[in-house]
Amino acid sequence: MQRNPQLNDSGELQHLLSIEGLPREILTQILDTAESFAGVTEREVKKVPLLRGKSVFNLFFEPSTRTRTTFEIAAKRLSADVINLNIAVSSQTKGESLLDTVANLSAMQADIFVVRHSSSGAPFLIARHVKPHEHVINAGDGRHAHPTQGLLDLFTIRHYKKEFSRLTVAIVGDVLHSRVARSLIHGLTTLGAPEVRVIGPQTLLPAGVEALGVKVFHDMREGLRDCDVVVMLRLQNERMKGALLPSAQEFNKHYGLTAEKLALARTDAIVMHPGPMNRGVEIDSSVADGPHSVILPQVTFGIAVRMAVMSIVAGN
Amino acid sequence: MRLHLKNARIVDPASGRDGKGELYIADGKISEEFAKADRIIDAKGLVAAPGFIDIAARLREPGLEYKATLASEMQAAIAGGVTSLACPPDTDPPLDEPGLVDMLRRRAKALEHARVYPIGALTVKLEGERLTEMAQLAEAGCVAFSQANVPLADSQVLWRALQYASTFGFPVWLRAEDTWLAKGGVAHDGEVATRLGLPGIPSFAETIALGSLLELVRATGARVHVCRLSTAGAVQLMRAAKREGLAVTCDVGIHHLHLCDNDLGYFDSNCRLEPPLRSQRDRDALAAGLQDGTIDCVCSDHTPVDDDGKHVPFAEAEPGATGLELLLPLTLKWGEARKLPLAKSLAKITSDAARVLGVGSGKLAVGAPADVVLFDPAASVRISAETLKSQGKNTPFLGYELAGRVRTTIVAGNVVYEK
Repeated sequence: MQRNPQLNDSGELQHLLSIEGLPREILTQILDTAESFAGVTEREVKKVPLLRGKSVFNLFFEPSTRTRTTFEIAAKRLSADVINLNIAVSSQTKGESLLDTVANLSAMQADIFVVRHSSSGAPFLIARHVKPHEHVINAGDGRHAHPTQGLLDLFTIRHYKKEFSRLTVAIVGDVLHSRVARSLIHGLTTLGAPEVRVIGPQTLLPAGVEALGVKVFHDMREGLRDCDVVVMLRLQNERMKGALLPSAQEFNKHYGLTAEKLALARTDAIVMHPGPMNRGVEIDSSVADGPHSVILPQVTFGIAVRMAVMSIVAGN
Repeated sequence: MRLHLKNARIVDPASGRDGKGELYIADGKISEEFAKADRIIDAKGLVAAPGFIDIAARLREPGLEYKATLASEMQAAIAGGVTSLACPPDTDPPLDEPGLVDMLRRRAKALEHARVYPIGALTVKLEGERLTEMAQLAEAGCVAFSQANVPLADSQVLWRALQYASTFGFPVWLRAEDTWLAKGGVAHDGEVATRLGLPGIPSFAETIALGSLLELVRATGARVHVCRLSTAGAVQLMRAAKREGLAVTCDVGIHHLHLCDNDLGYFDSNCRLEPPLRSQRDRDALAAGLQDGTIDCVCSDHTPVDDDGKHVPFAEAEPGATGLELLLPLTLKWGEARKLPLAKSLAKITSDAARVLGVGSGKLAVGAPADVVLFDPAASVRISAETLKSQGKNTPFLGYELAGRVRTTIVAGNVVYEK
């Protein structure tokens, strides 16, 4: 197999494409760096000059508000120039190929490409074709990976729980289609969380998911028992169109997080969600807005984590 | 042209012959010894074997000339020692009319390279709805009928097609894949697809379809050849079917004999194939099934795809890989790994393939067509875009060094390739 395409010859982070295959030291380096940036975002002058003169291209082949915005804020706080491209409605519809789009932007002197694409693996393809000084950051590819989301989830968990070595984490819902779940699972197993659980009906769990190092539960009550962290996944409406689920109501009854089900987890458990939430489907408002929820801090931490990732790859 | 090949190691799988000897060719046929040759070829250190028969090689004509042409792919064939090949009907338009088949055969014949055996479309436009004029297509030169990789979801059409083909004794070549279970999938439904976030095709998409197909063979008596097995379960089903005495044959492609889903690595679109590369266990069962005869022969499943079709994210990539020039090296590699005598390995691309295709070549007996290959089993070939003659440069084996280098290819007594 080829060398890990994310790392340069010295084993440093050249691109961030997936959490899988990254050594614990690099994950910790990112989290520690993000910690140091968390202060910046609270200052009155929220800028550091680390990426001054660099250009960050946000290439979103799939719509996104939150991720794109937090990447933009993060880049601006690092003093970079940010160019947002919403490609879903421009060149792709004109028939331009993915690599042609990237080559053209590269000719405009890009330093960092932040890429979201509906096809798993698209950022790997781009990373194989960019110039040596250019960096690619995966902002979500198909069902495959969403590494900065995984990292901000890890950052949030570390912030509230301090360490990973004693944690039981449950990830609930549509694991099959979730790049967030895959990235978080790899991160947790790399950082030494002893028990990672996935909870969902068979139709929403991918084949052989146990091989990722998780325990599978179909009964949510059983799966939530004594958990320190509960991560709810977004359930998209289109899942009801195939034969995956009969209805949102039935899903909510069995796999929606209610205060009553959350009571089975540890009393100090935190509840996370990558957003956007479907209230009343995968999560009840009483939980989303309740004392265990850290859903909004996740968003804030996301900026520091993305600053960390951009400054690290640009420095390597 | 009277040819005398001397000092060769003659390997003829059909007769089991393997030893030093002389080979004489006259009037396009393997001949008895004669005294005066027009040309003597010294084949010292080389193996002389029957020309290879590749039962699945896409030439991309008509209609897909931007991917490859008859001329480029026929060059690739003879460079790979392939003297006969069967081409699937998934051209554009598909081979569903006698005129198209006739034209393809004429154009191929004019090139005076490998022999081309067209496989006709089983249904009009391969749409899986109406039967083609099989008898007329057979007259035009089709040796079998197939859907290539295009699904035939309607099992009643499949049943009728097999009944009709059986009436005339036409062979039907089909892949076993349940249309609905495979829908949307691009990789083997297992740990690798889960890790990479790729939609999967479960193994039972193949075994369920194969079970149905075998049941239809029992009902109709059709002569069915099952193309490109990919799962251990299918090998087992074929083994049982043959034990039962059903008139079925099957093949495996060179990629599935050597690769598995782990080889997808970081989304290598050259590994985007139909059927998908499956698990190591499946690959091992295919290799064993080929050895014990459950699987009759190996083919390259040659599918030239241009860079535009591959330089896209994995799931969007066009399936297929170039293979004509890899057929010999990868068959040898398989035989070597299983410690088989050379004649036994070569049988899978000569005599056994000839039996499946129903042609008289694939042997070195006196009177047989003089399709002969001279190759150096020890010399290695580096697989690269530059060395490949095919217009399709995409293969998972790019960069590999593989043993088995073709030196001379002879078709119907004419030397068509020398290196």
